[in-house]
Amino acid sequence: MIEPTAASVVPTTDPNTYLPAQPMPAGDLTDQMLATDIWTDELVAGAGIPIVDVPFVTVGSGIGSFVTVDYLRIAGVPTSQMRVLGTLDHPWQTYEYLTRVSQIPRGERLRSDSASRPDNIWGFPSYGFAEGMKTFNLKVLLGLFTEPIFADYYTPKAGQAFEGMEREKNRIGYDEMLVKGLVRIVRRRYGGGYFTILTPPEGASATKRVAFRSQYVHLAVGYPGLKFLPELQRYRTDHNDYRHIVNAYESHEHVYERLLQQPSTVMVRGGGIVAARVLQRLMDDRLIKGAQTNIVHLFRTYYHGTNDGYGNEEDPRPGGGKTRLFMRRRGENGWAYQGFNYPKSVWGGQLKKQVRGLEGEQRAELYKRMGGTNTPWRKLWQKQMNQGRREGWYTCLVGTVDDMQPNGERIVNHVKTNQGVVPVEVDFVIDCTGLEADIAEHRLLKDLLDHGGASRNPSGRLNVDRNFELIGTRSGSGAMYASGATTLGGYFPGVDTFLGLQVAAQEIYLDLNKRKFCKRIGPVRSTLQWWKWLFGSKP
Amino acid sequence: MLPTLNGRLQTRIFMLVVFGGIITFFITPVLPDGLPGVPGFSGDLYQVTYVILATVLVLGILWELLYHLIQQFRWEKDWPTMFGLITAINEGALVWLLLELGLVPGMPDGFYDGELTSTFFWAFFIDFSVIWFIVWIWTNGPMRVPLIKWRFFGGRIV
Repeated sequence: MIEPTAASVVPTTDPNTYLPAQPMPAGDLTDQMLATDIWTDELVAGAGIPIVDVPFVTVGSGIGSFVTVDYLRIAGVPTSQMRVLGTLDHPWQTYEYLTRVSQIPRGERLRSDSASRPDNIWGFPSYGFAEGMKTFNLKVLLGLFTEPIFADYYTPKAGQAFEGMEREKNRIGYDEMLVKGLVRIVRRRYGGGYFTILTPPEGASATKRVAFRSQYVHLAVGYPGLKFLPELQRYRTDHNDYRHIVNAYESHEHVYERLLQQPSTVMVRGGGIVAARVLQRLMDDRLIKGAQTNIVHLFRTYYHGTNDGYGNEEDPRPGGGKTRLFMRRRGENGWAYQGFNYPKSVWGGQLKKQVRGLEGEQRAELYKRMGGTNTPWRKLWQKQMNQGRREGWYTCLVGTVDDMQPNGERIVNHVKTNQGVVPVEVDFVIDCTGLEADIAEHRLLKDLLDHGGASRNPSGRLNVDRNFELIGTRSGSGAMYASGATTLGGYFPGVDTFLGLQVAAQEIYLDLNKRKFCKRIGPVRSTLQWWKWLFGSKP
Repeated sequence: MLPTLNGRLQTRIFMLVVFGGIITFFITPVLPDGLPGVPGFSGDLYQVTYVILATVLVLGILWELLYHLIQQFRWEKDWPTMFGLITAINEGALVWLLLELGLVPGMPDGFYDGELTSTFFWAFFIDFSVIWFIVWIWTNGPMRVPLIKWRFFGGRIV
């Protein structure tokens, strides 16, 4: 149980009155509470829910919350003023799970820029510089110098990122701020600030819920959920087959194990980084471990040359014409190539500035133009792909799947192509399309849309301002912020990335600095804090 | 780097004024001047090195416009690290050419009398390269330490 700290948004109430030792009531949400948009202190207390006062609460215990509290710790906020509410033991837990199952274990490289370090707000030394200097690896250093012209963009190993975060987590006293549990609801408070209702793990609290009363709330709940392609989901449910049809974001090691034992055909769907990683795993297993796997790769959009988010040169785009000379990227063999998941300058340069100044339709248009599924061009992977094409064990198809039928242990996909419907029989289907669920499928976010004053941006996600304040949710002198995937489509693209979380954290810190919650990180403070980071001493 | 045009210009001016200014102050007395012994402090020599620094700055603003245009052809709209170093070649060559042609104003009296010596070339080469290299290193890393907003705002300082 968290000790109610000195700082409070209201005249301090004697915390003993809220201690769970009191017999009644049950300490659960009441119908009246659920029906009320703005809660009074009495309403919460009346339900028997103990109240903890803390000025800043961040919801979600992943990397988004970690990066935000890291910034604020460096801006001089003590751990007693902040609480991280979530179910994870450490910030990179979900991320590590997702990267691992999608074929980026600790030793493999992420798709992330060298200076994009969630464990270091300055991005200096960059991952690449640190890796290069540690072992004096000239290849890495030379790569950093010549990227992306003569070398692939440097990207850090997943393990390096996790180890760095672990060090920083311990340095800033993250565990002192972490409160385990699931956040059920956030409501505005009468008189200013918010109530965040947490459901602690069974047995951790005498009541079912605990309320955090805070002036500021930050939401970083991550992806609302992953969705399957509808036809895949239907097949899985109709035929109760969860073995042969898998999503790249769920654990599917059994597929690779089986492929090593028995010559099989696998269909890979999708044209993004995850498809690229899964293909590389399939090809590695074939080339190194001797698996006899044939790969059928199904693209919905097949890129054969320069392109943008509207597709190939000749595909229709608003205003007509081809891709703009100043706004087109490479493409080949079905793939659109791009170093990171957005053009790099969204994280600090021209495109960041441009999007920041755009509204509504115009903003959505630019998002569309620089968007579209893409993957980085990597030397080793290209070599394998070319070998696969040459030797005939990697083939491409372009189209969509009309229907899927079982045939014994195998699956027949009826693929609708330009040449008509083609039956393709395979042993496994790996879905790498990475469809994301709607934000309303997240209970907490849905409640904010229904009762908290939050709204959607032109892309349908949470509508945040340039400072990442959640528009429409202000409560007296309190403010609510959101960052990460749920805010995609706002004034800043690239939110669902390491660097995006830091850009958001900086904006939030700047806003909280204006509100006098934290100190300014000017050149002197920044430099001193950097030295502290370097030597691993507390901020 | 991920510069905007405004950020490019601000960073260029800041770097050359601050780092260029400081390095020029310390490096001028030790540049070769063709005479025996360490040259030491000399008003004329300082005039030459600071005029060269100012020339690089003024021309640099024009160069930045060109670089910004070139950057538009890049989908990423980034400015690769290597470009920041190799542009020393075109910029240095242009300044040297203008010196050869006697088109850099503000030099001490008698500077343009006769051919420029090879000693002067090496002095120019060392002066220019050292400043460029230090500025390049600083821009690609340590600059992010004192100014946390700099990298997210296209290289703007204000």
